[in-house]
Amino acid sequence: MTVNWNRQNFSGEDPEQHPAVVALRKNAGTPLVGVGIFRGEVTAVLSPEHSIEALTLLRDDPGLVFDMLADVTAVHWPQREGAEFDVIYHLYSLSNKMRFRVKVPLAEGQEIRSVVGVWTTAGWLEREVFDMFGIHFAGHPDQRRILNPEGFDGHPLRKEFPVQGRVRW
Amino acid sequence: MSTIGKNKPTRVYRNKKPREANILLTSTSAVINHSQRSSLMPLTFGLACCAIEMIATAGPRFDLSRFGWEAYRATPRQSDLMIVAGTITNKMGTVVKKLYDQMAEPKWVIAMGACATCGGIFQTYSVVPGAHHLIPVDVYIPGCPPRPEALIHGFMTLQMKIDQKRNFGVAPVDVEPGFRGPTRKEPF
Repeated sequence: MTVNWNRQNFSGEDPEQHPAVVALRKNAGTPLVGVGIFRGEVTAVLSPEHSIEALTLLRDDPGLVFDMLADVTAVHWPQREGAEFDVIYHLYSLSNKMRFRVKVPLAEGQEIRSVVGVWTTAGWLEREVFDMFGIHFAGHPDQRRILNPEGFDGHPLRKEFPVQGRVRW
Repeated sequence: MSTIGKNKPTRVYRNKKPREANILLTSTSAVINHSQRSSLMPLTFGLACCAIEMIATAGPRFDLSRFGWEAYRATPRQSDLMIVAGTITNKMGTVVKKLYDQMAEPKWVIAMGACATCGGIFQTYSVVPGAHHLIPVDVYIPGCPPRPEALIHGFMTLQMKIDQKRNFGVAPVDVEPGFRGPTRKEPF
């Protein structure tokens, strides 16, 4: 059974009807690259130039109040020229019981601005993305590895990384 | 008729009570080995699901205290046996080495389970493929996880190994010959 997390504010059919998408469309400073829906979960695609403004808007809009950053993660698409990475933010609104997903495509080596100033919990989540994918977050107060030991060679969740690692035991 | 005269003690012990006459002949090496193997103090060191089996072994059902090894220590400085019970990740590997270095001599290591033996199912970048890449291992216990009986068998195997340890360059005399086969001359 598919759980519609947005049942209070969103019918689950048309992503353009989602209140978060409506609020982002209404704001001129946050142009959306795309909008998608999968099993009632709505995703907005944003460019890295506008990601901070859009996420701050989603947190501060009185009708949305996405006050919880549930996760920051990423996906590596090596065959996608010029946009090899997706940085993905999973948001949750405790008061409105809504979930929302924001994807930000990045090129290889491109930096993205840190959202530590928006949600403090992003500190460790972005360190994990940096550790596993090698994506740099500009403005992060403590950008170092969190899961792998210091001095680890490579970023394991990149597709070219060998599963068994590069260390020969 | 009296039988006292027939059971008369030999001349040396004529004036002593029978209890005082008991003498046990053995070697220093055997006594040291017997002392060390009979009161092993394992380090509480559960890394993954094998720790659950280790806890069960120490519990009343399998009752490790029957053998005298139940005193788990929470610090390496008081223990002489490290049971590596679980997956050793790369990040935990430095801790395993550090704890082993902090243990006082003589010390022994049991690698419990498939992960501590060879990495188990985790043939990945983040897992050390076997405790022997970090520290010397005395006994390997296969299983995923091994049953408590297997851990007890591993303990007893380690006891056999300690029994054959040479002290002061001298091998112990035949201690508990039932432990060893009649033809086995060398230690494990």
